[in-house]
Amino acid sequence: MLKTIGDRLLTTIPAIIGVIVVSFLLTRILPGDTASYFAGPAATPQAIEQIRKQLGLDRPLPEQFARYVADLAKGDLGQSLTTGQPVVSDIKSRLPASAELTLFGLIISMLVAVPMGIAAAVRQGSFIDHACRVVATAGVSLPVFFTGLLLVYIFYFVLGWSPAPLGRLDVFYSAPPSVTGFYLIDSLIAGDGGTFRAALSQILLPGLTLAVFALAPLARITRASMLAALSSEFVRTARASGLTPRTVILTYAFRNAMLPVITTLGMVFSFLLGANVLVEKVFAWPGIGSYAVEALIASDFAPVQGFVLAMAVLYVGLNLLIDLLYGVIDPRARAAA
Amino acid sequence: MVDRRTLVGAALSAPFVTRAAAQAPARNETLLLVQEYGPNSLDMQGIGSSQPVNGVALNCYDRLIRFKPTPLPDGGGGAFNMTDFEPELAESWQVASDGMSVTFKLKDAAFHSGRAVTAKDVKWSLARALAIGGFAKTQMNAGSLENPEQFVAVDEKTFRVDFVRRDKLTLPNLAVTIPFVFDSELAIRNGGEDPWAKEWLKNNVAGSGAFKVESWKPGSETIYVRNDAWKGGKLPTLRRIIARDIPSPATRRALIERGDADISYGLPPKDFKDLADGGKVKVVGVPVPNALWYLALNAATGPFTDVRLRQAVAWAMPYEKILQASLFGRGVAMWGGPENPAPAWPTPFPYKTDMAKAKALVSEAAPGGVKTALIFDTGAATIAEPMAVLIKEALAPIGIDVELTKIPGANFRGELNKKIHPMAINRFGGWLDFPDYYFFWNFHGANSIFNISSYQSAAMDKLIDAARFTQDPAAYKANVEAFIALSQKDAPVIPIAQPLHDVAMQKSIGGYQFWPCREPDFRYLTKT
Repeated sequence: MLKTIGDRLLTTIPAIIGVIVVSFLLTRILPGDTASYFAGPAATPQAIEQIRKQLGLDRPLPEQFARYVADLAKGDLGQSLTTGQPVVSDIKSRLPASAELTLFGLIISMLVAVPMGIAAAVRQGSFIDHACRVVATAGVSLPVFFTGLLLVYIFYFVLGWSPAPLGRLDVFYSAPPSVTGFYLIDSLIAGDGGTFRAALSQILLPGLTLAVFALAPLARITRASMLAALSSEFVRTARASGLTPRTVILTYAFRNAMLPVITTLGMVFSFLLGANVLVEKVFAWPGIGSYAVEALIASDFAPVQGFVLAMAVLYVGLNLLIDLLYGVIDPRARAAA
Repeated sequence: MVDRRTLVGAALSAPFVTRAAAQAPARNETLLLVQEYGPNSLDMQGIGSSQPVNGVALNCYDRLIRFKPTPLPDGGGGAFNMTDFEPELAESWQVASDGMSVTFKLKDAAFHSGRAVTAKDVKWSLARALAIGGFAKTQMNAGSLENPEQFVAVDEKTFRVDFVRRDKLTLPNLAVTIPFVFDSELAIRNGGEDPWAKEWLKNNVAGSGAFKVESWKPGSETIYVRNDAWKGGKLPTLRRIIARDIPSPATRRALIERGDADISYGLPPKDFKDLADGGKVKVVGVPVPNALWYLALNAATGPFTDVRLRQAVAWAMPYEKILQASLFGRGVAMWGGPENPAPAWPTPFPYKTDMAKAKALVSEAAPGGVKTALIFDTGAATIAEPMAVLIKEALAPIGIDVELTKIPGANFRGELNKKIHPMAINRFGGWLDFPDYYFFWNFHGANSIFNISSYQSAAMDKLIDAARFTQDPAAYKANVEAFIALSQKDAPVIPIAQPLHDVAMQKSIGGYQFWPCREPDFRYLTKT
């Protein structure tokens, strides 16, 4: 197992190097002049030059790259100009917010999509199957920011059930002491029910928005792979042996249908990290997606590179995790690795 | 008769009653502000500080003097007058009889650290603004504050500014948000190697102002608490301000309409119009002094080097349509003015939509018509895009074929700096509200980056220079009238509207105060 992990990690090194080079080049090629942006509207050409010099943007590209890599080796991702803080500490404080929101959305959507997909496969052509199709279609065709704004409009603005979309906590609550960085978990660790409820009510709408988006691929793939499993020989054999439908479906069919579902789950998770950007904007969620977008708009290089790098590492980690899960679920995958 | 049930009920509810009573004033003294983005530093003098940092400088630091608030005509709050000052850190001040220096007596004020404010701190702080460079230095220079030797700490409580030249902008420039006073000892002690403590002051407030920063989460929230020992003026009634960064304007609007936010900055003009019409919340719109939305025509290169084509565009502009469709009426019309306007800026130009005149000018200057291009900033697209489309539509019939080019916000200033684009939609506002200040930046041959038209005219330069440093009111008036008239004839820019600075707030919020930096001043705001 350890060898598998080691081998897999080794293969990720070229990918990470590629990400570093491409993100560096892309941020330099993109239009936008950092120096004149940050010199502000009342700057003289001299002031702009001074800023350019201070940021090291007057140096040749290879030198800038060498400096970037050297800093990176020291764990320094540079300074963000839009927040004025080191990128590392920005990412550290914002990644948990995004991760909590994404995982929350993913869990909700899994809880709905997987049972729905199974039911749709078991009772093909029934009411539940059609419902599954409708929900999946609706989910993919609604852009996330639209779903988000719609939910805010209905549940906050019109009905007043949901709290104000002001980020992770209402202004009159303070964040629980940080252990995991996830407010829902940290508030439980601290035994603070009030903060937990406040955090839960804040995350509900953005979480639902993401869940709607993630619903379609999960439900569709569960249904498809369940159908394949149900029509296979071993299920027929299991049925013929007189096992209860419950055992047949959950133990035999579902266990075998899980592999594609897990793969999709990994993909959906990375989609969600992307979709997060817009949801974070609508709900003022202090996450990493809105951070990267703000930085991109301001041609603030360091956070954009930091974001791309963090996402790449996250993605590599996620893929590794999924590969390992394969081994747990299906012994054949373990042998192949 | 009190029965047992009431008594038990009262006893049970007592803790809640007292808690509610204790919390009520706390909510009344706490303000929730929502804005698009917050400060990226706590030091307005620092390089690359964003617009909201002005708010930190305003509320957490003191200057020697500030502008005296003047009530707005509609009673919605206060504005200011560029030539009337009141004390902030200074108790009194006196301009020398030769008019070449001003001496300030300092109040017995203390920094947040408890240390007394001294003239040495003032000198250090003003010298710092010059030493750091960038915007701070540009702004200081605008008021002829150019050399650290101009700042003299006479004794503990006396501070003098020596003038390099007589400049009416010097005193106003001491009241803006750049020359604020730091606790220099605290800053130096924490600055490490850096004598100006740039890194430390970026993340820490070392001032004597009415508010302290209790917590700052860049990109999400800034919390201010009142400094009860403030000496700069009347103690603010607000104790705590929570400023949340909410990027989505739709969400900011929902928050203010639902009554969850007390005050909301920076919505698109349409939202302000809707909110003002809806009447549920108060919208205060102050015409931004010395500011314009305008169309710049490049006078140095391209078709608009011909003044007749510039005038033709000025006659063809669909002014009223633009004001309604892109600004939703949230601006002051800058067209159709008298032939000889008052010496004030901004002032309506005498042009109005007159297609016959426009056509005649084009057929005279360019009978075959011209092809040209117009750039605008996508960062201001809600306003600039409809503006650009309307201009394109209006110019087509007179033979000026305009191609529209969107420039991403981060790139826009860079493109303007190239000074190659024949047409650009832009907005400019100068902090110091004097016509000659605006004209110096926008139309002077010194060709600052704001002279987007690259306009050069020896006659114009002479008039501007004469107005800037004259001490004679009559000569000043004559020069201003002359350069405004010249700008109308030469039309390097075509003014469209003076923008309104709009702020939406709950009806319970009072004391709104508008300043050149256009950030909220918590020191005056009240909540009932």
